[in-house]
Amino acid sequence: MTDAILELKGVTKSFGPIEILHGVNFALRPGEVHALIGENGAGKSTTMKILAGYLSQTGGEVILDGKPIQFTGSDEAEDLGIIMIHQEFNLAEHLSVDQNVFLGRELKRGWLLDHRSMRDRTAELLSRLESRADPGTRVSQISVPDKQMVEIAKALSRKARVLIMDEPTAVLTERETEVLFRQVERLRAEGVAILYTSHKLGEVKHIADRVTVLRDGIMVRSDLIADVTEDDMATAMVGRELSDLYPPKVARGAEPILEVANVSVPGVVEDASLTLHRGEVLGIGGLVGSGRTELAEAIAGLRPRNGSVRLKGQELAPDHVSQAMAAGLTYLTEDRKGAGLLLEKSLRENLTLPLLENFGRPLIDRKREEAALDKAIADFAIRVPSRDMAVGDLSGGNQQKLLLAKTLLSNPDVVIIDEPTRGIDIGTKQQIYNLIAQLAAEGRSIIVISSEMPELIGLASRVVVMHAGRIQGELSGEAVTEHGIVRLAMGMEHLDKEHAA
Amino acid sequence: MKKTLIAATALTGIFASPLMAETIGVSIPAATHGWAGALNFHAERTIERLEEANPDLDFVLTTTSSPSQQVSDIEDMVATRNIDALVVLPFESEPLTAPIQRVSEGGVWVTVVDRGLAQDGIENLYVAGDNDSFGRTAGTYFAEALDDGAKIVVMRGIASEVDNERVAGFEAALEGSNIEVLAMDHGNWNRDTAFGLMQDYLSRFPEIDAVWAADDDMAVGALAAIDQAGRTGEMIVVGGAGMKEMVARIRDNDATVPVNVTYPPAMISTAIEMTALGITGAAPVSGDLILASELITPENAENFYFEDSPY
Amino acid sequence: MSAASISNTGATRARKIDLRVIGPLVALAVLILIGVLLNPNFLSYANVTNVLARSAFIGIIAIGMTFVITAGGLDLSVGSMAAFVAGLMIMVMNLLSASMGDSIGVILLGIALALGAGLAAGFINGIMITRAGIEAFILTLGTMGIYRSLITWLADGGTLSLGTGLSEMYRPVYYGGIFGISWPIIVFAALAIIGEIVMRHTAFGRHCAAIGSNEKVARYSSVHVQRVKLATYVLLGLLVGVAVVMYVPRLGSASATTGLLWELEAIAAVIIGGTLLKGGFGRVWGTVVGVLILSLIGNLLNLTDFVSPYLNGAIQGVVIILAVVLQRNTGPAR
Repeated sequence: MTDAILELKGVTKSFGPIEILHGVNFALRPGEVHALIGENGAGKSTTMKILAGYLSQTGGEVILDGKPIQFTGSDEAEDLGIIMIHQEFNLAEHLSVDQNVFLGRELKRGWLLDHRSMRDRTAELLSRLESRADPGTRVSQISVPDKQMVEIAKALSRKARVLIMDEPTAVLTERETEVLFRQVERLRAEGVAILYTSHKLGEVKHIADRVTVLRDGIMVRSDLIADVTEDDMATAMVGRELSDLYPPKVARGAEPILEVANVSVPGVVEDASLTLHRGEVLGIGGLVGSGRTELAEAIAGLRPRNGSVRLKGQELAPDHVSQAMAAGLTYLTEDRKGAGLLLEKSLRENLTLPLLENFGRPLIDRKREEAALDKAIADFAIRVPSRDMAVGDLSGGNQQKLLLAKTLLSNPDVVIIDEPTRGIDIGTKQQIYNLIAQLAAEGRSIIVISSEMPELIGLASRVVVMHAGRIQGELSGEAVTEHGIVRLAMGMEHLDKEHAA
Repeated sequence: MKKTLIAATALTGIFASPLMAETIGVSIPAATHGWAGALNFHAERTIERLEEANPDLDFVLTTTSSPSQQVSDIEDMVATRNIDALVVLPFESEPLTAPIQRVSEGGVWVTVVDRGLAQDGIENLYVAGDNDSFGRTAGTYFAEALDDGAKIVVMRGIASEVDNERVAGFEAALEGSNIEVLAMDHGNWNRDTAFGLMQDYLSRFPEIDAVWAADDDMAVGALAAIDQAGRTGEMIVVGGAGMKEMVARIRDNDATVPVNVTYPPAMISTAIEMTALGITGAAPVSGDLILASELITPENAENFYFEDSPY
Repeated sequence: MSAASISNTGATRARKIDLRVIGPLVALAVLILIGVLLNPNFLSYANVTNVLARSAFIGIIAIGMTFVITAGGLDLSVGSMAAFVAGLMIMVMNLLSASMGDSIGVILLGIALALGAGLAAGFINGIMITRAGIEAFILTLGTMGIYRSLITWLADGGTLSLGTGLSEMYRPVYYGGIFGISWPIIVFAALAIIGEIVMRHTAFGRHCAAIGSNEKVARYSSVHVQRVKLATYVLLGLLVGVAVVMYVPRLGSASATTGLLWELEAIAAVIIGGTLLKGGFGRVWGTVVGVLILSLIGNLLNLTDFVSPYLNGAIQGVVIILAVVLQRNTGPAR
């Protein structure tokens, strides 16, 4: 075994009086992909941030090349070749792709910027990543997976000795994930030490050489990947045996509750129609960018649209979100941090925002708000160290639970949930799945949009699949299979030419 | 803001001989405060009068709100209107000196009003008020009218050369008079600022015999504050520049406002008239014309009261 | 998570918030202390009344500005708007008095006009920003120039003055009061209390903070984003009208220099008070403290010969920066 480049020895970390890492030992070796897994809030992010110099440890040692080191900040760590790719992108939205890749380390010719070299280098890096993003476009104009690729290109453009990747595949499709893995393998062959986190245990099994499991800030186990199964990992993460992830499906009612007819959103959705019944869980599948989210937002009144949306026989006006909510339809966004929650505000303020009028007029009754929060914390099992803390300081899973509570606050009949479990640990996932089943059992109707096919298959009795803005087809009952969804998602006619799934 | 007051006589250049028709450009600061407003009023009135009397005289009037804009205005006048004479009240001395010098070297008659250029000998005629005399006149009045050991407060204008000259003249006149200046602060030639400043003076000093406000706008603010504090009658207020409301109070023998000091905005009329005389050759005109400040008293107030003036 | 640790973190957080909260209050207290030491008249009834009444115009405007800034907006036009509304009010009242005589009716009509004109001006700002989508900074920079020119034009470069009879009748609105407290102070205080309640305890205030914090989240939470933003500008315009109603009786005049730089003083007061310039968090009581700090600096400098009057601006700048630094540095580190 080669010596570690970067190592943690008995590292602890406290925020105020709370210690959240309790003596972590962890080593990154050259030419090795080391997966760090754990539930949200287990301490993965903190561990990574200490490794990359964003945080300093409270106790223990960080060791670089055999010598203890105290980074003054992430800049110093980067200069030493330790690069971290953040889950939330660290890109300047208004700069172009190449400007982002070389931000802070611009190539120069004399004292002028060497635009051509930077553009060429960027194009080369992106083509290696099989990304079609144009180096000249602004980052705000490119898709979320492309942004991820830009982040990776940025890291690749540096002489990385240690690469720390925080859930890089959360926003990538399977095909994009494969491209990324090829790059990871290439870097591994070049002797880079790679730290990799993911909630997708299949991926971990596939790409990692070694896996370390964190639970509640404690290192539970650390093994060569060959010695553990996915089940072992899951069990170590949650600390209990996982029974079947998905609850049994509930039979739907016959009564149609939501009728969507010929809905179009110029440029993104074309002529989409679907029907949702009482007590039904309907899945919407398709690739990222196929118009799933835009269709959902059009239905929920968040976008201008053509065509008709009828809820319980009542026509909903386009682009009128409050009317949709009042009529009993709400939408849970896939963009939790950008469109779902006010990160610097407290839980209470976030929870009641859509429905403030119901908490007293003209003056808001603080007690009723607190009562609603108590109920949400209990109902949705939100784990929160302090009620007054900012939502941004919660773990992803708890944020998602709060967002669910907020979306369900108006007691809607129809809920559209876009990516219910993105970036969430397996324990919380199960809770959310149970919750969705429970909502259906109460007679509510749910549309689940997801990129994770097992999720669609496990939750929905019927799945419509979108491709390039159109509804490509519908599957129900036994026909809801991974293969069937992929065929539709890829656009059936071209299935043979594509190297699908 | 740019106003062209002349009727556009497009054919002038073709038919009229240069000796017959003369074009005079007038460039002054925009009417952003009372005194400048009056300046504009007098300039417009004088131009109207002269144009009526002499059909051969053309005028171009521009008002400006910054030195750089004034430079552009003057360049435009020379380039497009082919002016024969320029009457200019420079927004600031330094930035305008070189551009005006160029105009002068181009053979254009130059009359500079009130604010002198940074270099001597450029202008054909210089017409100005006398800031030193403005302060000195008020100071002399205080020295004569107030009792020995009287206490006064002073409201200065915006910190500038003009303000410094006025205050220097005022202090020089008070020298040896045994009048005590309690405080001197900037009221910025602004009513609201002066109101607040006077309130604070009144809180700070239990005994004030007189207020010198180096401008009538400030005097208005000071009077309101004195009235509010119920101390009218304890002190006199002397402003300056001859605002018509103040002149009216003097004329009506108001005990609080016994006198005022002129700094006549009408100097622009004098400048324009003399320039017209100069270029038409009606009379030999050149050199410096300094208009000393006069003391307005109840006896002569009527002469300084202009009903239509905005100031 | 144990109950013990919950209460524990609650306590530390509360302590941190306290430090942040008292930042502007500390600055205010220090100024008052300096005032008392420098001049025995500082706390006299007359001086306190002067300072408070003087603060009222900018204070009333700053209350409205707090909502605009909290919702992520900005309004640079308020100073010019105040001057324009004041000029308009004076002209119309003078015209009315020609036909109606110097009566209470004229004054009431003038007040109604000022409030209406302020409301309309705020509505114009708001509608251009929310419907035409013009950046608030640029739009209000434009209207700032427009109103400033309009008042100069209305006054013909000079000063618009209210007729003597009307002026006498209207005077008590600034100089009068009840129980020895003058009307501007009463109005300012009442509006501040109402503003604080609206900001903290109504859906409107919460919506302003949500929009300033993240407009997209607010929209996805079915907040009427454009309507609320428009309302903040209309509210500010109305408060400019109220400020004018209190301002005109003071000197009975308006000119091109009326309300000069009020917008910057109002914005400075809002920020000193702890409202975030980028929006998302606002507190009206902080704004009131900010306004008082700004007025007190001017008052103190007038009451002493401590520093050269040339340095007044520098002293103000230092105090503004200190007041802001004080609260930022003691806030939770991010």
